[in-house]
Parts: sequence; structure tokens; C-alpha cells
Amino acid sequence: MTLATETTGTKASNEVVRGAFDLDWRDLIRTGAILAAGLVFLSLTGMPEGLDSRVLIDPFLSLGYVSLFWLPLIVGWSVANEKVLEGMAATRKSARDVVAGGVVGAVGGAGLSLLIALISTFDIRDPLVNWNESTQAFLSFQQGTSFGIVACIALCAGLGAFGASLHLMPRKVRRAVVSALLAVVAVAIFESFLVDVADPLSFLYSKTGGLIPLWAVMVGVAALAFTLLGGGDRIGKARSNYQTLTGPAKAKQDTILIVLSVLALIIIPMITGKITQELLANVGIFLLLALGLNIVVGLAGILDLGYVAFFAVGGYTTAVLTSPNRGPDWPEWFPTMPWWGAFLVTLLMAGLVGLFIGAPVIRMRGDYLAIVTLGFGEIIRILFLSDWLNGYFNGAQGITNIPPADFGLFEVKGTDPRSVFYLVLVFAAISIYVSWRLERSRLGRAWMAVREDESVAEAMGINTVNVKLMAFVVGAVLASFAGSVFSAKVGSIFPTSFLILVSIIILVIVIVGGMGNIVGIIVGSVVLVGILGGPKQPGLLAEFSEYKLLIYGALLIWMMLQRPEGLVPNARRSRELHQDEFLQDAWLKGKVDDADENGNGAENGDVAPGLAGGAS
Amino acid sequence: MTTATRVKGAGRTNVDRFLTLLRVFLIGLIVIGLLAFIWQQIDPGNPFARWTHDGEAANRLTADQFQGLVVTGLSQGAMYGLIALGYSMVYGVLGFINFAHGEVFMVAAFTGFIMANKLDDAGYWEGGSFIPAVLFTVLICTLVATLTAVVMERVAYRPLRGSPRLIPLITSIGVSFFIQNAVILLFGPGAKSYPSNPDWLGEKRTFLQLEGTKILVIVVAAISMAGLWYFVERTKTGKAMRAVAEDKEIASLMGINVDRTIVTTFAVGGAMAGIAGILWGLLFRSVIATTGFLPGIKAFTAAVVGGVGNLGGAMAGGVSLGSAEALAPLVLLEPLGVDGVSQLRDAVAFTLLILVLLVKPTGLFGERLSSEDRA
Repeated sequence: MTLATETTGTKASNEVVRGAFDLDWRDLIRTGAILAAGLVFLSLTGMPEGLDSRVLIDPFLSLGYVSLFWLPLIVGWSVANEKVLEGMAATRKSARDVVAGGVVGAVGGAGLSLLIALISTFDIRDPLVNWNESTQAFLSFQQGTSFGIVACIALCAGLGAFGASLHLMPRKVRRAVVSALLAVVAVAIFESFLVDVADPLSFLYSKTGGLIPLWAVMVGVAALAFTLLGGGDRIGKARSNYQTLTGPAKAKQDTILIVLSVLALIIIPMITGKITQELLANVGIFLLLALGLNIVVGLAGILDLGYVAFFAVGGYTTAVLTSPNRGPDWPEWFPTMPWWGAFLVTLLMAGLVGLFIGAPVIRMRGDYLAIVTLGFGEIIRILFLSDWLNGYFNGAQGITNIPPADFGLFEVKGTDPRSVFYLVLVFAAISIYVSWRLERSRLGRAWMAVREDESVAEAMGINTVNVKLMAFVVGAVLASFAGSVFSAKVGSIFPTSFLILVSIIILVIVIVGGMGNIVGIIVGSVVLVGILGGPKQPGLLAEFSEYKLLIYGALLIWMMLQRPEGLVPNARRSRELHQDEFLQDAWLKGKVDDADENGNGAENGDVAPGLAGGAS
Repeated sequence: MTTATRVKGAGRTNVDRFLTLLRVFLIGLIVIGLLAFIWQQIDPGNPFARWTHDGEAANRLTADQFQGLVVTGLSQGAMYGLIALGYSMVYGVLGFINFAHGEVFMVAAFTGFIMANKLDDAGYWEGGSFIPAVLFTVLICTLVATLTAVVMERVAYRPLRGSPRLIPLITSIGVSFFIQNAVILLFGPGAKSYPSNPDWLGEKRTFLQLEGTKILVIVVAAISMAGLWYFVERTKTGKAMRAVAEDKEIASLMGINVDRTIVTTFAVGGAMAGIAGILWGLLFRSVIATTGFLPGIKAFTAAVVGGVGNLGGAMAGGVSLGSAEALAPLVLLEPLGVDGVSQLRDAVAFTLLILVLLVKPTGLFGERLSSEDRA
């Protein structure tokens, strides 16, 4: 602790002022070249140009330009973002950083300019589909190539410099500027959603789509004022207050929060249009799947890549038991039952399949297990698709005419997404409750022990085989909830709904949200499925549907590299992942610095004290 | 392995009993299928065949058909083997499954498509200039594949060295997904066809009735394999690779540049996948962005079948998997009265993976892993 006070004391005096051009030029050029490669790649994927038709601010700005030029801004920011090591001299933020950001941006922009110039010189449209005039016109802002060449460099340099100059602003101003920018973009992007939820808001938008410039400025100013007047701080304070609560006070707060959110979820679908209801229903189905996978991957640490198998089994079992159009080979006595009866059988079936798939793989080591579960997922899909079982599952034609789920008072069917949403809500509540109780149960603790170290868990007397098998079964049953609802919602079921893709998207939800954290899973499914969309279901940003898989892949890599614990991390899990760093930091600093500039300090804050104590 | 850590005499659990049952079932299936096949070959109208085929006689497989299946299996398997080498080497050195290795293969096949079409437009993809054109294409494909693998390592895997085991695996899933979709967006989603091969390559030889392309695939794979064996076993870099696979820390103490060796491993694995990619293109003459996924998974299966970390095993595993995949549907499943057997090829490959891991988890030829704990 004494060491810590010393270092913080000397921190201020260690700052060094450097000249504006005292830079590591080679490093800057290299970063700029990477930026250029990124920009050219993005342009050639056709994403910016494809999104150009979506206007954000009526005549000036389209989503296409935002989707391309966010890159120099972020790179400019990160170039000037210096990791200050304890005890080392820090550089005072100065004009130097702005120059660095500008240089990197300019090099990146030069890449785009080169692309513009090359498109008219060479014709390699044959392999590269987006190597064409419309990309060129888009990049040169429809003003001719020579304008574009200059404008790209200037714009990227400007954005890079702006990104870097954010560091120069006082903290409060910086937050205000960033929140103003984000608010404008968000209000513009979520136009259809906002209008769908609250029709009066349509005065913000022009008839052809996009914010009216005046209102864009107003939204920005409002966000600016809100943050400057301390709105953000107040929210942050309330949050940290909540996080430090314990005992009955916390329980009370929790109850209030849960009641409020349930009320909100019941009311929202009543006031919104069909599109939003459909969206919520899809989010709910993927939330169910993600909650199940969270138990397998997040709690027990078993990487199951064939999770879609259980979804498929759930869907097909319900379909076979309810639809008159199931295959002709089922024996006469085989029953047809209402949805709720089929649902109960489905749970049983999924549990059995979970046991059947789980038993052979449970003793394999982690990565073999991943591939074998993937294989099982494929085998099950191939069997549903095959001619061999055509008489039972109709092969590629699938099972159609699945009747809606009839509950007497109301029916749950695909044409009424609100009813689907309410059904999903009930199941999600059950799943969340089950996950939450399990996490704190003996079994849940055993899962976490197995996740951290299987041999040690075994030595502590945990029957690892049974415990892991239980994870499989519980995960399978939760997935079958989703399958059952899915078949009632869609009304027909095909093998193509159960590609490996689905498994991977569920995995991305769990990982981006935060493995092992229920709130994280909810956030993950709302952000990913709600905004980007599921494997086949469009999200809020329907424009992204062509590009969302690329974004999913990039997001998965980026999360793993930068933040493997997810957006909303589980304290224990992030401690496991960052153990080395924590120990090193603790050794270096004597305590973990929770005033981390990068903003992940707040979440890690609750982890740090225990570790620092353990290390010192 | 965790199996070894179980207490002796703790008694058999229900899981063990179930697994024994599963092993017996799978092996029994193979035995019965084989017997049924032999009986069917001797007498197509035998009672068992009539029973499984709804009272009709089974179709006897002709010698030509059988030979065709074997050659298809071998050429297919040779490609799996080439890809499997990359899995095996990376697994040996870094201890994780590079899920995105199949995409390296796909990128090579795509490069081959671009090169082949350009060369065809220029009139080099036929006649006497065909062989130099193919060699040039192979060279470029190998270079591109190597580059892809190296960039992949640098961007996605190097920062993760030393993190928990599953983290790089999940990252590699992301990489695979990213490359696949990037290729779809850059080059369009449709299937791309290679220009047709010259007649002398495609036609059936009188000698053993084999197709030239398939022979080419087998021969090239054998040469690459021999080259790789020489590289790993006889050169200094190969020795360094083996040392790093054995123990990274000690290797670095012996003056081996571990980072560079790992990059070399990725590069060599990528080169092998590159060769496999262009061979795939020549054989099937069509490539699509998802081409890499299934062969990738199957190549991993091949690596496991042969014993991970064992290079000869990877090749042997590839050939066994390819043959099993080509033969099993008609030799094992058809005699048992299963309909539409050709659709079940992939299922056969995955079942083989499960069977090998159940019966002999170290693969047919044993694993050659380091002494580090890999369980």
C-alpha cells in the first residue's frame, strides 16, 4: 500500500512534454497502412456502398459513410491512447497527439484514394464484385474522382486528428461530445424502431427517411447538455451505489428492478407495431437458447458447438407430435396431441438426447469435445434431412401445418407475434429463474469448480462425469423450450433452420454478453439478435442483414482478443481469464488501479480488492 | 487423459456401461454390414438382403464400381490428409485446434479459381502449356495460403498465447466465420467454376480405368507429404519445430526462436492446405465460400483418426477417412437396407470420429504430443 501512494504521488511530476513532431514515424506509417488496408477491405466488401441508401441525416449523411469512416476516428483515438506504465514517464497530451492521429488518418485515407484511382485504371471486376464505378462514385462522394482523391485523404486525416484530439479535452467535455455524437447516430439509426414505438416522434424525421438537420442538432445539443449537467455522472453514481449494496437493501432494490422490467416487457408489445413484436419474439427465442448454452459453456466450461442439435430435437419432436403433416411412416397408434402435451414430451425427449450425446463426449478433452459435439449437431441435421428417415421427417420438405399452441383463452401463433412473445417471456422467466437458482446451488458450484480445474474438482470429491452430464441435460432441456416455441411460431420446420451457423451465433451471443452471467446473456441477445438479427431473422438494422455474419465473426475475434469476459462480465469468470495480468499488476503496483482510463475499471472494481489482498 | 485419473476399483458407472454398449453397437454395425455386403456379393438374392430390401434382391457392386469408389476415396482422402497435416502440426506446437485452417484451404481454392480463369482467358489452360500453368497456379495458391495462415497467426492467435485453452479455439471459430463471409462479400456468394481440364487429364485411362485427375491428386499429395517429412525430420528448422512442440520454454533456452518457429509451422501447414486447395479445384472444378468448412472438419477428424501430432498418421488418417467415406455408404449401409446412402457420407465421417475417440482416443497410430499436460 505504501508503494501505491508513492507512485500516485510521483505520477503528476513524471509527465513529459514533447514537441509536436517528436513522433515515432515508422510506427505511425505502419498503423496508417493497417488502417488503409482496413478501409479498402471494407469498401470492397460493398458494405458502405450497400448501406448508402439508408439516410441518417437527411441530405448530408448516410449510414454507408458512417459504416466506413468510423474506422479512422477510432484508430486516431487509439493511436493517441498511451498505456502508462507505473513508474514510467508519461507524456502530457499535446498537439503531438493530434498530429499523430492526423498522420495515421491521412495514410489511411491515401489507401482509399489509391483505390479510387486504381478502379478507373484497372479492371479486376471479374473476381472482385465490388470493383466498379458505383464504389468509386461512393468513395468520391459522387463528385468525380479527383475530388474524391483529395477529399478521402483530408476527411480521414481530419477524423483521425479529431479522434486523437478527444484526449486533449477535459474529461467532462470529452464525455459530453462523445455522448452527443452517439445520441445523434443512435436516434438516426433506430428511426423505424422509435417511430414504431412512439408514433409522435416521427416529427424528427424527414419524409424520405433520416433525421431533419435541425432536429439532429437539437438531439446532439440535448445529449451534450444532459452530460454536461451531470446526467451521466448521476447515472454512474446510482449504478455504483447499487453495486455496493448488500443484504436486504440489495434484495429490495433487486425486487423493484425485476418488477419494473417485467412490467415494461408486458407493456411494450402492447403499444408497439408488429415489427417490434416479431423482433422481441425472435430475441426471446435466442435468449432461451443462449441461456441454455450459458449453462453448458458459461457455467460448466464445456464448449458445445453442436448445441443446435437440441434446438432441432425440440422443434422436430413438437412438430411430429402436433402436425397432421408429419411423415407417413409413423405407426397408427402414434398420438397427435395439443401443443402443451407435446411440449412436455419434448422436454423428456431433449433430456434423453442430452444424455445420449453427452455420455460419449463427456470424458473427451475440451477441444475434441467441441469438434465431436459439432459432429453430432451435423449428424442430427443430416438425419432429419435424409431420404432414409424421409418417411418420418419429410426430408427437405420439412414438417408443415404445425397447429398454433392453444391455451384455451388465447392461441400462440406466428401471425400474432405478441402472443409468441408472451409465451417466450414466460419461458425466459422460468429459464432465468432456473439458471439463477442453479448457479447458486451445489450443482452450480460444482460446475464452476469443473470449469476452473477438472482434476482439482475431482480431488475435492465432485463426480465430474455426472456433473458435466447434468450440464448437458439442463442445457438440452432449455434449448428444447426454444425449439418447441419455434415450431409453434413458424408453423413449419425444415432442416435448414438448424445449420451449424445457429450454434455459432448462439455461442457469439453468450460470449459477447458475458459467459456465465445472466444479465450479460440478456444484453448479448438483445444487442446481437435485436439489432443485428439472428441467422435468418432480420434485426432492427435490417440493412445489415447481408453483412451481419461478417460482423458476427469480427465481433467474436475482437471480443476474444480484447475482452474475453464479455460485455457484462461475471466477476469470477473474468478473474479466471485475467489471472496472470492481475497477479502481475498486483505485484507491480501493490494494488489494482481501479481508476482505469479505458473504462473497464468499474466492472473490474469488485474483483480487484480480493485479488490484491491475496497477492500482497 | 481424464480416464486415467479415475480411481481404480471405483466400479463401473452407468456412463461406462452406456459407452460399452455404444462401442459394441457401432462395431457390431460395421461387422454386420460387412458380412451382409459379402453375402450380397456372393448371392444378391439371399434371405438377409431380401429382408432388408423389402423382399427384393440387392444390387451387386461390380468390380468397376468398387474400383471407382476406392480411387475416389483415396484421392479425397489424400486431400483430407494434406489439410490434416496443418491441424496436426499446429496442434502439436500450440496445443489448440485451428478451426480456421479449413478456410486457408478454401482461400487457396479460390485463388486457384481466379488464376485458372485468368490463365484460361489468356489461352494457357490447355495443350502443352497446361502443365506449366498448373505449376504456376500451385505456386501462387501455396503462397497465398501461406500468407493467410501467417497473417491469421499474427493477428488472432499470437496475442492469445498462454490464455486458457478454449479462448484460441473460440477465436479460431470467429476467424473461420470472418474469412468465409469476407470471401462471400468480396467475390460474390455463388459457386465459381474452374475452366475445364484438358481432355487427356479428364478421360479415363485404359490402365486400371482410372481418371487422370484423381491420379494427379494422389501423386501430388504423396510428393508433398514426402517433402514435408524431409522438412520436419531432416532440416534444422524441422528439428526446431519438433523441439518447440516438445517444450517451448526449454526450446527457447536452447536458442530457438519460438515465435519464428510457430510462424513457420503455420506457414508450412498453410502451404499444405494451399496444395490441397488447388487439387480440390482441379478435381471438383467448383469452389464456393463454404467449401472450406466441411473438408476442414473432416481433415481434423483425419488428424484425430491418425493420431494428433503424428504427421504420417495424419496422412494415413486422411486416406482412411476418405476411403471410409466413399465406401461405407455402399458397403456398410446399403446392404443393411438404408435408403439414400450417398446423403449420409458426412454422417459416416463424423460417426467414424466418434468411434475412434471411443475405442482408441489416441488415434490409429498414436499421438505424438509433448510431455506437457494436454488433458
